[in-house]
Amino acid sequence: MTQVAPASASTKSIGEVLLKIEDVSLSFGAVHALSEVGFEVRDREILAIIGPNGAGKTTMLNVLSGWYGPDQGGIVFKGVRRRRLRPHEAATLGIARTFQNVALFKRMTTLDNIMTGRHLKMRTNFLDHALYWGRAEREEIAHRETVERIIDFLEIEAIRKVPVGRLPYGLQKRVELARALAAEPTLLLLDEPMAGMNSEEKEDMCRYILDVNDEFGTTMALIEHDMGVVMDISDRVVVLDYGRKIADGPPDRVRADPAVIAAYLGVAHADA
Amino acid sequence: MDILGALLLKPFADIGGSPLFFLEVVIGGVLTGVMYSLVALGFVLIFKASGVFNFAQGVMVLFSALTLVGLMELGVPIWLALIATILVMIALAFAIERLVLRPLVNQAEITLFMATIGLTFFLEGFGELLWGANVKKLDIGIPDRSFDVGGILVNEFELFAAGIAALLVAVLAVLFQRTKIGRALRAVADDHQAALSVGISLTSIWVIVWAVAGIVALVAGVMWGGKSGVQFSLSLIALKSLPVLILGGLTSVPGAIVGGLVIGVGEKIAEVYWGPYIGGAIENWFAYMIAVAFLLFRPQGLFGERIIERV
Repeated sequence: MTQVAPASASTKSIGEVLLKIEDVSLSFGAVHALSEVGFEVRDREILAIIGPNGAGKTTMLNVLSGWYGPDQGGIVFKGVRRRRLRPHEAATLGIARTFQNVALFKRMTTLDNIMTGRHLKMRTNFLDHALYWGRAEREEIAHRETVERIIDFLEIEAIRKVPVGRLPYGLQKRVELARALAAEPTLLLLDEPMAGMNSEEKEDMCRYILDVNDEFGTTMALIEHDMGVVMDISDRVVVLDYGRKIADGPPDRVRADPAVIAAYLGVAHADA
Repeated sequence: MDILGALLLKPFADIGGSPLFFLEVVIGGVLTGVMYSLVALGFVLIFKASGVFNFAQGVMVLFSALTLVGLMELGVPIWLALIATILVMIALAFAIERLVLRPLVNQAEITLFMATIGLTFFLEGFGELLWGANVKKLDIGIPDRSFDVGGILVNEFELFAAGIAALLVAVLAVLFQRTKIGRALRAVADDHQAALSVGISLTSIWVIVWAVAGIVALVAGVMWGGKSGVQFSLSLIALKSLPVLILGGLTSVPGAIVGGLVIGVGEKIAEVYWGPYIGGAIENWFAYMIAVAFLLFRPQGLFGERIIERV
């Protein structure tokens, strides 16, 4: 089972379909944010969702992570079809996400933020905390070790004890990634992981994304505006425009697709 | 001149005249203050985790004490009655989350605040319906008498209450700072969206804070009820904790504790030393005067978060 992605230089193996979006439609009042969008995400793949502003990219991500329920269609994750997910259900199933505008616990330290990512992995309950102090403490230590590995991996050792509200934006994005990774997700959804970063920070972020994909085998779906980044790191690209899917394929092919070029640059009218 | 002298000089001369008595007043104030802190703590817990100012905190104190006394009057031994009351407060938390908070998710803060006012009336009526409206005596076996420590009189009951309160605060501090649940509570208080994304269920966190606030209310109810009997006026000590909240800041647990102590000590000193010169009964309004001063000069309180709005 070694199906090599043709456009990608890497030799990693892309697996079975992990997530399948089945003709999802969603409207907000009269606005058709998504119209019968369907695509697949395969195991270990990096999928980029691109499109002009207002194309429905973030809406799509919100459907995938359970924030919105689609009006029509469904989501098949690991072979189980669901009409809609709830956010904490999605988290339980192994879908982690980051947000366009960074949703961190601003008053908590970097370490505590990342530890919250372990929330669902922790087995002890309220009673354990009240009665079996030792068990709860051993668990805390075990999870702390995992978190330290992630901190190490993303090179944020120096800001462990800093409240994240005080960190610069680029670092906050990295902490958010760390928190999502702490959940050891099967599928990681990144909403514009490089927005507002300078080129050096972008390069770092690209490297982390590729390393995570490589080392942990995490499947990723990401929204990104920087085309250079998208073409470099993704195995496959899905293009949305006005809530419809207009292209789906390896980066090289999508880049050359006339419909995509038209969506981004506009088309000449027949009479022009 | 006489008045100025009475207000500005004589009280200090009195304090200097008998330092030992002053110490006794301060200790008495600290012990009362701890009980104010307990009630204020219930408010802070709920406000931090759910952004709801729980007007019903005072009546929860009354309700828990009523339930405890009611059970004891039925002949249930005190330890069993305590456990049963704790279970009742936990059940109440579940009911409040399901029937009051969940239907009002995403509503304005004022709506939730109004809902807690409704809850206040309900609990008041429900408590009296179940257990009657008579003043009840709550005897938990700690005598309300004073003993002598090196020339200072200390009230045994208040000392016991302070000890219990300190223990409770210590347990809560560990729960909040060192455990998964505490981290989840702080996470929810900080950012709902982010909390949901890591799989924290908001509803279970709300149940936990309301249950903890209910248990804090029970402890406060036992302490105040044991001192002055279990009766309707017990729910009014919530009013005394409002100045404590303004002083300490609505979002700060240490603030609730320090605020309670400052108010407790402040009003005792004012009563004992300034009271005689201006006709007494200062204890009843001193806390509110401090609150007004704080609202004018430091509205966020000693430890509260400063709200800076962008315009």
